[in-house]
Amino acid sequence: MERAKQFFKTWLLWDMITGLRLTLRRMFEPRTTVFYPEEKTPKSRRFRGMHALRRYENGEERCIACKLCEAVCPALAITIDIAEREDGTRRTTRYEVDMSKCIYCGMCEESCPVDSIVLTNIHEYHGESHQDLYFTKEMLLAVGDRYERQIAHDRAGDAAYR
Amino acid sequence: MIDAMAHFFAEWGTLGMLVWTLLKIICIALPLPIIVAFYVYAERRVIGATQWRYGPTRVGPYGLLQSFADLLKMLFKEIIWPQRANKGLFTIAPVLVVITAMASWAVIPVSDKLWLTDIDASLLYIMMLSSVGVYGIILAGWSANSRYAFLGAMRSTAQLISYELAMGFALVGVVLLTHSLNLLEIVHHQEGGILSWHVWPLLPLFFVYWFAGIAETNRHPFDMAEGESELVAGFHVEHGGITFALFFLAEYINMIIISVLIVILFLGGWMAPFPFLNEIGFLGITPLGDGFLWLVVKVVFFLFAYLWIRATFPRYRYDQIMRLGWKVFIPLTLFWVVIVAVATQWSRMFG
Repeated sequence: MERAKQFFKTWLLWDMITGLRLTLRRMFEPRTTVFYPEEKTPKSRRFRGMHALRRYENGEERCIACKLCEAVCPALAITIDIAEREDGTRRTTRYEVDMSKCIYCGMCEESCPVDSIVLTNIHEYHGESHQDLYFTKEMLLAVGDRYERQIAHDRAGDAAYR
Repeated sequence: MIDAMAHFFAEWGTLGMLVWTLLKIICIALPLPIIVAFYVYAERRVIGATQWRYGPTRVGPYGLLQSFADLLKMLFKEIIWPQRANKGLFTIAPVLVVITAMASWAVIPVSDKLWLTDIDASLLYIMMLSSVGVYGIILAGWSANSRYAFLGAMRSTAQLISYELAMGFALVGVVLLTHSLNLLEIVHHQEGGILSWHVWPLLPLFFVYWFAGIAETNRHPFDMAEGESELVAGFHVEHGGITFALFFLAEYINMIIISVLIVILFLGGWMAPFPFLNEIGFLGITPLGDGFLWLVVKVVFFLFAYLWIRATFPRYRYDQIMRLGWKVFIPLTLFWVVIVAVATQWSRMFG
């Protein structure tokens, strides 16, 4: 009996028909495609994208040039030079992130004692050459200024879980 | 009307005949690539749908012009002749494949009144052309001076030859039933509704022809010749730009030919499945009666089946393909051909 069943299963291509039925059913099921530039999937508050340097509300830059981020960076993407400013505070004269080296691990943000360097949730940025992806201090501060609202919002929402 | 046109051109003498022949060639060479373009688009959409995605949607409305964009890109690409490749053969190979694929269309009748030529042994002619098409593949693989291409060509040739046997025997069954090698007569022999189609007396041969046809066109799950995971692209690895496009075109034309042949040989060609459909109509027009429409409907099913099967099954292993061809298909067809021969002879002597 079992052998007869197997015989008919083989010669009537039963397994193949089962497979064909599956794909046919799939054809009429809803699709999961997201039409990217028009549609976007929601991003996590912890998304690690483009870097930014933040400022305090009074406009003073947060960075105190402790160099923790430079030390912790596993890809050695951060370069920092330090000098004393006229008012006697310790500030960076150079703060550069090589975006083509960065692995977006987020350890710079974690190590920062003043929440200065952060990773925003922007991932759609590009450069036409290697140099374009070498972000200087001015560029990073500009990013921070521009997206401060988003950055603060994400950090506030996530603060309870940190 | 076609006869009138033929007479009109025949009056011009030699020049007229040339123009007439050229017109006939254009009748095949112009619509076919357009059909193929939309078929390729359909393939991408169907396979996309089975995988919960869309396929091309950007170029033109619903992505309908995607294939034309691809074609345009290929046209403008540089043809690269590999070092130490046999340049002449390398260039001729894709042309040969396309010519044989297109030439088969000359004898295929698409409706009761519409065909290009009506020769006595049109079935034999098509078999012959599909065998010549193999030369294009061998030449492409051989002349490219590449291991992958050569391996692909070898596999493809072995596969085509093995499956051509099974296909040929499946056709013998049809020929035994109809006593004719002419496609028109084969279709007319199946007059009288769905029950008089050849598919019923020749059911095993129908399936063998169908699957061997898939193997013959090197389509999934029998696409050993291409085998992306092993051979990159098989016999046409080294061909780029328009030479690749020609191979691509030929493959799809062959798929359409096989589908049309299945319909003509086994499923009554342009015949309506039920004879009473010929009665429904007004003003002398019977939209659901015998005609082009039914051929298209049946052919589209088989074209869809190609894509459906591709979306479903993984590729066969090479020895499995050979086993299926030699140990299953050929004995099965031989067995059934004998039965058909005895039955027809029996009915002629006693029936």
